[in-house]
Amino acid sequence: MTDAVARDPTQVTEVATGPAPAGSSRSWTEIGTEIGDRVYTWSIAGFASLVPILLLLIFVAVGVAAWPALRAFGLSFLTSSDWDPVAGHFGAAPAIYGTIVSSILALVVATPLALGVAVFLSEFAPSWLRGPVAFAVDLLAAVPSVIYGLWGIFILIPFLREYLMPFLRDTLHLGVLPLFTGPAYGSSMLAAGLILAIMCLPYISAVTREVLLAVPRSQREAALALGATRWEVIRDAVIPYARSGIIGGIILGLGRALGETMAVTMLIGNRHEISASLFAPGYTMASLIANEFSEATGDMHLAALMAVGFVLLLVTFLVNAIARWLVWQTARER
Amino acid sequence: MAATNGWAGAPSGRQRAVAERTERTIRRRRLRSSVMIGLMYVAAAVAILPLLLIVIHLIRLGGSSVNLAFFTHMQRSPGESGGGMANAIVGTLILIGIASAVGLPVGIGAGLYLAEKRTTLLATTVRFLADVLNGLPSIVMGIFAWELLVKPVRHFSALAGGIALGAMMIPMVTRTTEEMVRLVPISLREAALALGYSRWRTSLSIVLRTALGGIVTGALVAMARIAGETAPLLFTALGNQFWSTSLRAPIAALPLQIFNYAISAYDEWHAQAWAGALVLVGIVFVISLAARVATRQRYGAGD
Repeated sequence: MTDAVARDPTQVTEVATGPAPAGSSRSWTEIGTEIGDRVYTWSIAGFASLVPILLLLIFVAVGVAAWPALRAFGLSFLTSSDWDPVAGHFGAAPAIYGTIVSSILALVVATPLALGVAVFLSEFAPSWLRGPVAFAVDLLAAVPSVIYGLWGIFILIPFLREYLMPFLRDTLHLGVLPLFTGPAYGSSMLAAGLILAIMCLPYISAVTREVLLAVPRSQREAALALGATRWEVIRDAVIPYARSGIIGGIILGLGRALGETMAVTMLIGNRHEISASLFAPGYTMASLIANEFSEATGDMHLAALMAVGFVLLLVTFLVNAIARWLVWQTARER
Repeated sequence: MAATNGWAGAPSGRQRAVAERTERTIRRRRLRSSVMIGLMYVAAAVAILPLLLIVIHLIRLGGSSVNLAFFTHMQRSPGESGGGMANAIVGTLILIGIASAVGLPVGIGAGLYLAEKRTTLLATTVRFLADVLNGLPSIVMGIFAWELLVKPVRHFSALAGGIALGAMMIPMVTRTTEEMVRLVPISLREAALALGYSRWRTSLSIVLRTALGGIVTGALVAMARIAGETAPLLFTALGNQFWSTSLRAPIAALPLQIFNYAISAYDEWHAQAWAGALVLVGIVFVISLAARVATRQRYGAGD
């Protein structure tokens, strides 16, 4: 790796196709080569520039479409919970609230598990177990969202309704907290949060594993030499070294959870209401768009949905940018 | 260790107490270490439990409906059992085709650029933005494609859906291509240049060709990812209950069909949804497994 960096291919090329020796006229082949090189360089640079252009285009297109709603409702778009297409009032607060709560719930459940898996895979797993477990976790990321939704509707929700919700509320007496009150419908914030936890776990654990692998061996050996137990090596020597990368991974998982659409749409119950209880149905920004976009009544309804999309785009852009930056800070040192 | 009066003489009571305390601390630390390591095993088991459950349920609930008719017939009206998703399977293949036609050239070109000019400002920006783009919600890609490709022509189309999926492929393919091209030894490039190959021919017929296996793997993984995407298709490809292969008309897709069947009220359609899900997951898993085996053979056990 360092070898490749030290010897930059561009420099090699300059030696090979550098200026021709003085005096000799340049042949057609050389000119052809030069033109070929130029065309090649410009075309790959052109393809590369399409990535920022695409991103810019997304922002502009969604932003322009969202503008009428943003202008009409201003800040109240974010704070009002009155979403009434018939009267033409649009406030996205319930969807924003639902997006945040379901994502936080997902992270609370997924983070300890994901860190556990990542540490297990990078430090403790016997080699025969490492491959299969890593592959299984990768597959978790490969399962399409709609299949999580299907599984959620027919397996997870009945389980929550019959067992987990009554268990939390009555057996553990958590019903005294507002979080766990109300009838157990099944379709709920809790269902959405749990499915999101399963879905963002592989992302968090993949990034964490990557940064743990970037921690130098000497760091571990030094701690071991000082008499640390295997757990203390992880806690005191490895994790602090990889901390910002791990946080980046968690934020990356947050980004996934914020924008996840299909599974959440199928499980959250889709109701424009802010409820303190996790047992109650809710809405997220992504599921709001998925549900109402094709049946939008009138231009303002459409613009309001675009505005929801724009807010979602802005938030996930920032979250992903921060996460990537943190991960790069750690993994770059490899 | 804590002895103050050297080695001579029998240990005093205080020394013995200190030694015992040290012993206890060490035992406690070892115990805690074992417990934590045990918890890691538990975490790993809990993390893969959902995958096992999903696979088991898919096979149990979808297995019986996956038969030849599923691949050759069209959907039946609710109340009739049987039928298939032939149009949705073909639709998904067409959508993947369009997406690849859009995503692969751009992604591979951009990946080549990142691997060859790795430190320029453009390269750093593109690398960063590709990662960010990769994390953007797919529903946003859906409304973006609707705004640009559906709204102006006033009808939903397979083309719009395919392009939306293709745009999602770009950042994935870009990053895997870059990684694969960077794995090609620099000496290979030097050898080609020393033999008088021009730069672009070295890149295309030596470097790219050497990295081709890895790039194909990356492309397959990206295809598997978008094959299951639903959200970008909701307002672009829309879905179609009839047979259609026209690029300018709405087209059916496996994930859309699964979604529509899953939220319907009919048991027969639920069974079809499970069968469709089993087929979709089968496709995705086989591609992932193939990609994994291919990379492992090429570059050794790797991880």
